[in-house]
Amino acid sequence: MVEAMYIDFNRRRDLGIIKEMVTPGSRVLDLGCGDGSFLKMLRDECHADVLGMEIDADAIAQCVANGVPVVQTNLDDGLDLAGDDSFDLVILSHTLQEVRRPDVLLRRIVSVGKQAAVSFINFGHFHCRLQLLMTGSMPRTTQIPYQWYNTPNIHLGTLKDFRRLCRHLDIRIVEEKPVGMNFPLLTAAMPNLFAVGCVFLLERA
Amino acid sequence: MLLVAPQNYTFDSPLELDCGRRLKEVNLRFETVGTLSPNRDNAVLVTHALSGDAHVCGFHSTDDSKPGWWDEMVGPGKYLDTNRYFVICANVPGGCSGSTGPRSIDPDTGKPYNLNFPVITIRDMVRAEKRLIDHLGIGRLLAVVGGSMGGMQAMEWSIMYPEAVAGIIPIATTCQLSPQSIAFDWVGREAIEYDPNWKSGDYDAEHTPDRGLATARMLAHITYLSDESMSRKFGRELQDKDTYSFNFRRDFAVESYLEHQGQRFVERFDANSYFYITRAMDYFDMAEPYGGDLARAFSAAKSDFLVVSFTSDWLFPSSESRKIVKALLANKIKVSFSEITSGYGHDAFLLEVDALGRLIRDFLSNLSEKEHANNG
Repeated sequence: MVEAMYIDFNRRRDLGIIKEMVTPGSRVLDLGCGDGSFLKMLRDECHADVLGMEIDADAIAQCVANGVPVVQTNLDDGLDLAGDDSFDLVILSHTLQEVRRPDVLLRRIVSVGKQAAVSFINFGHFHCRLQLLMTGSMPRTTQIPYQWYNTPNIHLGTLKDFRRLCRHLDIRIVEEKPVGMNFPLLTAAMPNLFAVGCVFLLERA
Repeated sequence: MLLVAPQNYTFDSPLELDCGRRLKEVNLRFETVGTLSPNRDNAVLVTHALSGDAHVCGFHSTDDSKPGWWDEMVGPGKYLDTNRYFVICANVPGGCSGSTGPRSIDPDTGKPYNLNFPVITIRDMVRAEKRLIDHLGIGRLLAVVGGSMGGMQAMEWSIMYPEAVAGIIPIATTCQLSPQSIAFDWVGREAIEYDPNWKSGDYDAEHTPDRGLATARMLAHITYLSDESMSRKFGRELQDKDTYSFNFRRDFAVESYLEHQGQRFVERFDANSYFYITRAMDYFDMAEPYGGDLARAFSAAKSDFLVVSFTSDWLFPSSESRKIVKALLANKIKVSFSEITSGYGHDAFLLEVDALGRLIRDFLSNLSEKEHANNG
């Protein structure tokens, strides 16, 4: 059987941060859960009651092989399968930028979950800013290696943009955990410039 | 060559039915493949669809030309691996492949029941299956797996006998028959009624209403295919000719195909059984006893679920499976749902063996481990 278990926390530091946010025994929904290896870890190590949602058929088959319950869903369809307040934590990691209406989805996940952990890719990172300024071309980074015309990441924004959206949607930011690469002090001091991403813990205001 | 022998289980007491009547002297025809483990924890019940029977896989004899109806999926080393699991499949009551049905002899009259046979429901089928499982000494099934009408039975298992089954795999199915499907069933039965041989169900064995039953089958068969699969398989091809005949005999390949399907069906199926089994599906509505609230219907369920639908299935479309998934999630039941991309229409549940088989294999494997952990 296919067993996908290995998660590289060095590559995905945000997942380590999200894992800390999962309280034992809680009911967790991961949107865009991939092969389910992260959920499997949350189930086995945090004793969480987990469910994944995913659009890709192969990833779903891998979730089933991993023993992780998964429901085929297009996140653009409004999460109508999940009832309000039916989860303790809804996880959305590196996925918000791919959906058609991030604002609609954000509003939905804080009603489906008592809290939501959103891992956001920061397009305000100085690498991005420099690339745009110096080369005059859309930035490409290790996290977003696509060209502007073939990228699935159709809604890129900065941490500042994200905070503003939350305010606009009446969503409270409970915690903000910037993810840095090489400059921990600068990342903590000026996340919008130095963090490659950030994990936001959200709830309805 | 995998040889399997049909078996019979005759109930020692009548079967109480939803319609209020009781069925005396019930026989269930069933087949088993594989070996029941010493702990009796590897049994998988396969429930069949409208035209299926107990012969799920393998051959009855070395002379058999065709294997069982799900032979690609079930057998030694196959996705539903009979080296690992003990697979049981029974012909439903009301059927015509060995189990008691409308053509069986009514012990009160000594003549075939025909339309005096009581109307049975999907729940009645499940009650009968439970009797068989008890008879085989199996306290808890690892899973019930079924497509179409088989999926209806599988779901009823989860709420009628929640302790008696660990996993439920409803495939290409629905929680209530839609008015469109009821309409197709009605027209099919009308076609049989218009056959002069039908005689209100009291036909004799030599003069069966074959024309009517074949027409019903042709109509139903269209609903099992899709526009895409028919276009791909037949297009507008003519059958054994290059030009139109300019009459109303069959010209097109698709016409010839349907005719063939109809003829093959009447060789193995009984018109009165067609009445009873389509009626059982017409009446199927899991939410109805719960005021239309499907989530409440599943409140007793405890099994893990794997729900599968197919993109081009317009008879029991994915939206029906999503309703089921939503109701299960409302009860915090562990459910996986996959909508397999396929052009085959409703028939995909028999044809998309690899995509479906992989899901079934891995789901059962994890379920089996979980059961071992819980019991060990």
